[in-house]
Formats: sequence, C-alpha cells, structure tokens
Amino acid sequence: MPIWLNDDEFRTLSAACGRLIPTDDTAGAVEAGVPQYIDGMLGAFLVDPPLIWAGGPSSGRFGGTDGFSRFHRLTALDELAWRMRIEGSLGMAEREFNGPVVGWQQIYRDGLAALGSDFGELSGEEQDARLRAGEEFTTVLYEHCCEGMYGAPEYGGNRDTVAWAAIDFLGDVQPRGFTDAEVSEP
Amino acid sequence: MTVDAIIVGSGPGGATAADVLTRAGWTVTIIEKGRNHLLDPENPSRLAQDYSNDEIKFLHRHFLGPDPLIEPRTFRVSEDDGERSYTGAVNSIPSTVGGGGTHADGKVPRFRPEDFRLHSTYGPIDDAAVADWPVDYDELEPYYAEVERLIGVAGSAGANPFAGWRSGPYPMPSGAPMYGAVLSSAAAESQGLHPYAAPTAANSVPYDGRPACNNCGHCAYFGCPIHAKGDPVAMLQHALGTGQAELLSETFVSRLRTNGREATGVDVIGPDGVERTLGARFIVVAGGAIETPRLLLLSGIEHPLVGRHLMMHFQTMNVGIMPQRLHAHRGRSVTHVHDDCMLVDDDARDAARAAGLPWIRGGLVEHGGGGHPVMEGQFYPWGPSHKKLMAESPLRDRLWAFIMQGEDLPQATNRVDLDPTVRDARGFPVARITFKPHRHELVASAHHGPRHIRVLEDMGATWTATTTSPLVAGATARSPFGDGATNYRGPISAIPASRHVMGTTRMGTDPATSVVDAYGRMHDLPNVVVADSSVFVTSAGYGPTLTLVALAARAAAALVG
Ligand SMILES: Cc1cc2nc3c(=O)[nH]c(=O)nc-3n(C[C@H](O)[C@H](O)[C@H](O)COP(=O)(O)OP(=O)(O)OC[C@H]3O[C@@H](n4cnc5c(N)ncnc54)[C@H](O)[C@@H]3O)c2cc1C
Ligand code: SF4
Repeated sequence: MPIWLNDDEFRTLSAACGRLIPTDDTAGAVEAGVPQYIDGMLGAFLVDPPLIWAGGPSSGRFGGTDGFSRFHRLTALDELAWRMRIEGSLGMAEREFNGPVVGWQQIYRDGLAALGSDFGELSGEEQDARLRAGEEFTTVLYEHCCEGMYGAPEYGGNRDTVAWAAIDFLGDVQPRGFTDAEVSEP
Repeated sequence: MTVDAIIVGSGPGGATAADVLTRAGWTVTIIEKGRNHLLDPENPSRLAQDYSNDEIKFLHRHFLGPDPLIEPRTFRVSEDDGERSYTGAVNSIPSTVGGGGTHADGKVPRFRPEDFRLHSTYGPIDDAAVADWPVDYDELEPYYAEVERLIGVAGSAGANPFAGWRSGPYPMPSGAPMYGAVLSSAAAESQGLHPYAAPTAANSVPYDGRPACNNCGHCAYFGCPIHAKGDPVAMLQHALGTGQAELLSETFVSRLRTNGREATGVDVIGPDGVERTLGARFIVVAGGAIETPRLLLLSGIEHPLVGRHLMMHFQTMNVGIMPQRLHAHRGRSVTHVHDDCMLVDDDARDAARAAGLPWIRGGLVEHGGGGHPVMEGQFYPWGPSHKKLMAESPLRDRLWAFIMQGEDLPQATNRVDLDPTVRDARGFPVARITFKPHRHELVASAHHGPRHIRVLEDMGATWTATTTSPLVAGATARSPFGDGATNYRGPISAIPASRHVMGTTRMGTDPATSVVDAYGRMHDLPNVVVADSSVFVTSAGYGPTLTLVALAARAAAALVG
C-alpha cells in the first residue's frame, strides 16, 4: 500500500522503475522495493520522525545495535528545507524567500500523469519512448531509483540488501570494518 | 556576560583556537550555525552516535549541511555572466559542529618551505597577486608539530623526499595501504615518481581516548561512526573539558558589532529564531574562506580586499578503468600521494616558457578509488545495461584515479561578495562567488596530467580519461559510454569542486595589500582575528587544513601572549 501516491500512480511508478532498473536473473527496482522508497520519500512527513535521515552509528548487520531504524528529528530550519524540497513552496511567503520552489510531490504527480494511466499496459519499447520523451522527469526518477536501489534498506528500498548482494558490496560495515589484510590485499 | 573570546565557527580553525585559548585560562563561546552531531557539550567525553555508513544521508540528503535550499550560494565565472549564472551549492563544506573536519578524509600534509615564498623563489606572474607570506616554514614548524599531536596524524617521517624538515616523528605510524594504492604506487615509482603514505588525520592506533580506524571505507564525505578521525573532535573535547568553553550550535552570527576602533561583540540568531547580542574582548572568525568574508561584509567592515583573492585549487582528474576489482570501499578513501608535480624542474620550466609563463606548479597528487554505489548508478545509463555495469563496476570497484590539487594563483577578480538579491532562509544576503582560473592553472594541468595516464596504463588500465574541475571552457566531459549516454554526470562544470577554499582575507604586513597581519589580526580592527584559510596568501598545492590549523594555533598563542 502506497502512503502518499494513489494506487494508479503507484502502478505507473512501479512500471517506470522496472524499465529504468529492470529485473533479470537478479532483483530489479520493483523487487528491491524502489517504488516504496520513492513513495516513502514523497510522504516522508506522514511519519514521525520524518523519513529523512536514518540514525547511527550502525545498522546491526555487522554487529552493534540497530541505530539506522531510529530516524532523526528535524530542527525548524531542516523541516523548512525538506518541506520546500518535497512539498514545494505552495505560495507560502516563508518558503519563497528566493522565489517559488516546485516540490517533488508536484514533479511526481505531473511526471507520472504524463507517462499516462495506460503506461503499465504498454510494450517495453513504448514505455521507453515515453520515458525518453519526458526526459526531465525521468532524470529525477532515475536518481531516486538509484538511491532506493543502493541506499540502506531502512529507507524502504534495497529490500534485504538484494541490490548490494548483486554488486558484491557489503554496504554499511560498522562496527566490523575491514582488516588491514582486506584493505591491502587483492 | 562578556567572555574573553567569541569564536565564530567550530571547524578545524575555530576548534583549534578554542583549545589553545581555554588552555591559557580564557573563557570562550564557540558559535556554530550548524547542528551538533559530534559530542555532548555538557560531557564532552560522550561522543554522539549519529554518524553512519549511510550514503543517502551524507551524499544525497545534506545531513551535515549546508542545505542549498535554505543556505544557497551563487556563482558566476565573471561579470560577463550578469549577476549570477547559478544558485545552489558552491564548493560547500559542512556546516555542523566540527565543520568540514567531520567529513574530510583528512589528508593533512604540511606545506614546504618554498610554498611560503613563491614570489622571492620564482618571481611574479602577470595578472596574479603572487606574494610571499609574512610567516615562513621555520616559524610555523613548532605549530605544525603541535597540531599534528592535537589532531592525531598518522604518517611516516622521511617517506616523502620533498618534505620540509621536521622536529620530530608523526604521533602515529601510517595505517594500512589500500590495495589500489599498492598497485598505483608501484606503477608511479616505475615512472620515476615518489609516492608515499599520506599523512592522515585518522587514528592508526588508539589515540587520545579514541579508537583506531577500522577501515570502513565510508570516509570522505561521511562522519566517522567510531570517531577515529582527527576531525576537530579532539580540540573541542579539550576545550569543553576545561569548563572554560561554551558551545552554541544552531546559532548564526549575523554581524560583528564594532565601535569603529574595535569589535565589541556579535549579533546572533539562535535555534529559537530570536536575535541577541553577545559581548567579548576578542572575536575569532573561523567560518571558512567563503563564510568568513561574507560575515565581514554583512557587518559592513570596509576593506577593499575583503573577499578578494579567492583560491580553490585546480583539480586535474586522471582516471583509469582496471581489469580487476580494487575494492576501494575498504580503507580511508586515499592512502597514498606524491609531491612530484609541485616541483619546478626543467620540464616544468620548459612547459611554462612555451606557454609564455615564467614558471608553473601543479600540486599534490592523491591516489584514490571510485565512489559509492548510488552515485555510481546515477553515472550509468538507465535500462538493460544498468545492472550489467553495476555488477562489473567500471566506475567504482574497478576505477582508479590520480587527482592533482593544483596550485591556484591568487587573482583580485576571483572573489566572494554579497549576492544582490539571493537570501538565506534567515533573510541575509548569501555569498556570491566570481571565479575563473588563471592561465597558469590550465598550463600546469596540461603539463602534469598526461604523465598519470601513462602510470594508469602501466597499472593495466584498459580505458583512461582526463578531466578537470573547474572544467576548462570549451571542453566536454567524455563519457565512457559514448555520446549517447545522456545522464553522464560528475563534479565537472565551471564551479570548482575542490572543497579547498582559501585567500579571502589575505595576510601581510602592509594594510594596503592585505586584510590581516601575520597573526590573523585585522589591520583595521586588531581585536578581530581570522583563524581559517581565508588568511592564505597563496594556495600551494596541498590540502589547506593542517596549515590553517597551525596558523590558528599560532594566532591564538599570540593572543594569550
Ligand atoms: C570531502 C572532503 C574532503 C576533504 N579532504 C581534505 C583533505 O584531505 N585535506 C585537507 O586539507 N582538507 C580537506 N578538505 C577541506 C577541509 O574540510 C577544510 O579545509 C576545513 O574544514 C576548513 O576548516 P575551517 O575551520 O577553516 O572551516 P570549516 O571547516 O568550513 O568550518 C567553518 C564552520 O563555521 C561555521 N560558520 C560559518 N559562518 C558562520 C556564522 N556566520 N555563524 C556561525 N557559524 C558559522 C560553519 O557552519 C562551519 O561549521 C576536505 C573537504 C571535503 C568536503
Ligand atoms: S575509514 Fe576509518 S577514519 Fe574513515 S570513517 Fe571509517 S573508521 Fe572512520
């Protein structure tokens, strides 16, 4: 269940993510939970504390405690920044000190609408053509896809660290770290 | 209450001043506009647990600030661009307790004796304000030695044949070399270069109550989760531990108050948004070489040179793709460097002469690997090739790079001033950067770059390329995926990405040609002391941190007498 997008938008988003980082013999964006990552980012302020910065110092995957799941509280200025980035300035004077800001929510709402409600039913080539036609949105979407794919799973994507496993990367390694031999030898 | 000193900024410069001043019994208030994720000010032996190996938070979500939406900067190459050509992040260094020390990977070499005497050693260059420093290596050596102990630097004395003299060894031995650096050092040596283990502000053994680095690989751009970095944590711990220092985070200094002859205090805006005035006998300004001149200009302090002579290091990146995996995600980002390109030898003189210049100097060359997977993915095109490239990892696990931090000559036209209209979220004009490299930098880059391509080929690289930051006018970034790759992106544009900023309140003995004296005191306001790399006269080709910290220690020592 998406927390911010509606079901139709979420279906289009999932299909688009699946074209940008496709599924083959390993998990693609869809299996890794990238659409959930993006939806969680758009709805970051529906959760308290907001899903902006995971905690530290370790995740528990290589020892230590699971601090990543405790997200940071935001200060007033940080909340301003992140609401501007996600929601946009929405005509509010306190967010428009350098002019209007279009937020990700608007960018996604418009970008997904432009891909079309039939996007999920199109052939792969037709989907790619629409993604290429909306290049500006696709660039934003692809950046976020990469974040969701290869970021820490606490942000909602990279489910069970599947994307790290596929690229032979351990991800966060504190407090284990690497031995001198692991650093210096092939 | 009036304290002995207010220190603006808690980065390496401000933290060092706080340590030296409190040790002499002074009361200080350290004011930092960013958040505190470093230590508990009430109990400084308790270090925060907020840093993590989290690429999203540190590289993509501005965890250490500044957030470009609420604290933007603006940029233009020259006045021909109009008021600005870009608004956003411009060579930002973290705005947080600990400043840029928190996420730097801490390569902290000393400058060499000639770096302080460019004018008398090599002579002038047209259209550049090449000058000697009012302080030399011999005077600074004891402070270099002191701050290497304070920060905690691991290194191997004698390993660099071109280094200046030292009064003693490094406080810690060098840590483990990265695999890629073992290969690149061997290849560099076979080409006649002299690589050595980089002096690094990361504990190779437990030091000063903090643990040894465990090589987690999330070093440059990340805070150290186990506090093994010699970010300014040690100096802040010492200062707060004396009970003589107070740390106010999330507090912005908006103005220095002066009575015309001297400064009397500062106006601040705290986390509650309330403005107040704090008094002090001395003001130490250590906001970094972009924010320091901004604050002086916001305060209406008129000196025609405030903000001018901004230097940022001209970076030449020679990258190669290797057949094998190098796992540069293990280790301290960079473990080896060489100084050969700093030398003005016959070859460099010939190249200079051919270009109509009297001399050229490159800079320190860092041997380093690829970045992190989110960034890597964003470099590759989307679609079916994405996962194949990610698995083969040419731009991360198989990438090796030589990055030269080239000497950037001081030019009066390269400057920080106040943007006429763009504001931060608190309502204050932001710093505008006007910057264009001197021809010297382009010639030095073109001379020293190709040599490293040969070293990469010697290492076995199957693909190589050279690029620079700032990108030279007319050049385009070459994508390893052909011209069809639309989303090839990188730190490559007209905006320098070095994160080394210097020179905006240059020091000197003559008030007509400098802003501060040899001890960082403003000529016109002697109780205002600048304690960051703003005071640099020339940029050398080394990371500025150790030198700015040594100068801050010296300036603070002069204050307490
Ligand atoms: C990824 C990375 C790697 C680096 N690696 C190296 C390296 O290997 N070697 C090296 O020498 N250097 C390196 N650097 C550069 C290094 O971080 C800086 O040289 C160093 O931090 C400068 O110290 P500073 O004290 O002068 O200023 P800063 O570290 O910039 O600290 C200034 C502080 O003052 C605060 N401040 C500014 N204005 C105000 C105000 N008006 N009110 C309140 N607070 C204010 C800021 O928020 C900031 O926290 C690196 C930087 C980065 C980003
Ligand atoms: S590599 Fe070492 S110093 Fe750097 S962040 Fe990891 S543990 Fe800390």
